Amino acid sequence: MDQTVVFLTFLGMLAVTYVPRMAPMVALASKSLPEPVVRWLSYVPVSVLSAMLFPSLLLDDREFDFSPDNFFLWAAVPAFLLAWRTRSFFGTVALGMALVAGGRYFFE
Amino acid sequence: MTIDAVAGDHAESPMISAARLVAPIVMGYLPVGVAYGVLAQQAGLSMLNTVLMSVLVYAGSAQLIAVALFAAGVSPWSIIATTFVVNLRHLLMSASLAPNLKSWRKWELALFSYQVTDESFAVHSARFARGDRNKATGFAINYIAQVSWVLASFVGFVAGASIPRVEPLGIDYALPAMFIALLVMQTKNRLHVLVAGFTGLAAICLIRAGADQWSVILATVMGATFGAGVETWTKR
Repeated sequence: MDQTVVFLTFLGMLAVTYVPRMAPMVALASKSLPEPVVRWLSYVPVSVLSAMLFPSLLLDDREFDFSPDNFFLWAAVPAFLLAWRTRSFFGTVALGMALVAGGRYFFE
Repeated sequence: MTIDAVAGDHAESPMISAARLVAPIVMGYLPVGVAYGVLAQQAGLSMLNTVLMSVLVYAGSAQLIAVALFAAGVSPWSIIATTFVVNLRHLLMSASLAPNLKSWRKWELALFSYQVTDESFAVHSARFARGDRNKATGFAINYIAQVSWVLASFVGFVAGASIPRVEPLGIDYALPAMFIALLVMQTKNRLHVLVAGFTGLAAICLIRAGADQWSVILATVMGATFGAGVETWTKR
């Protein structure tokens, strides 16, 4: 493998990754945006987190996985409940990891 | 630490609060970064290039995909185009963080945005929602996260497959669990719950339809439009 070509490819990857990360922030931060735009953007965090999280819990290789050994899904139920009831950030992460570790230890 | 404490509205130094918030990101990045390093080494990348990709590109899933494409002998242009599509979701994240950064200078924004990843975005948007706009905390979270990613890439390359498996410890669940906490934290009313369900379902449908690489950005556009639409409609 030609390491120079690999490196030059990185520069292209850097450009196409950095510009979408940087341009909206630099262009929009100092502007006062129209109310509908601000409203739309206010739904982005909840949407983007859901779009990343739910498929990772429910799908395995594009198929729904409700089997007992889908620990990611079953650990999420108490983790959601704990996050909702206690608002504990660390507690939620610790409980989720402990449940997945426990599931693997006892059921795998 | 409670989610409310994320605001920094109790007496906590910016660095302590950064350390607490970045901990799950680091736990998540270490095993994935090591896996990337192992795969990069096996694909035939040099040690320098393996580390440089983590420094220059810094995007977990895109780096893993790129390594697989390098190994398969795919052309550089295709790798760059794939990276563009996979990382385009950061455009929306960057735009949604922007209204919280009004007082920042352009060069600070240019520096800060370099390290917008799924995970750092999730933590920052939750902090901003709680009113914590501390600049030092923001930069500390970003740099600690990337340094852990770069170091893990290096360790993975050097140690190869001899690294012990971390699955028994559940460490691969650190990031999903963190997303659960941060999602709950930003779900403030019934419409948010509805938007979360709608977007999650949309993403699942898109992936099942084969649009894996577009699923996050398309589902997010649909979800935000749905939320803003319902809010506008019910307020009339």
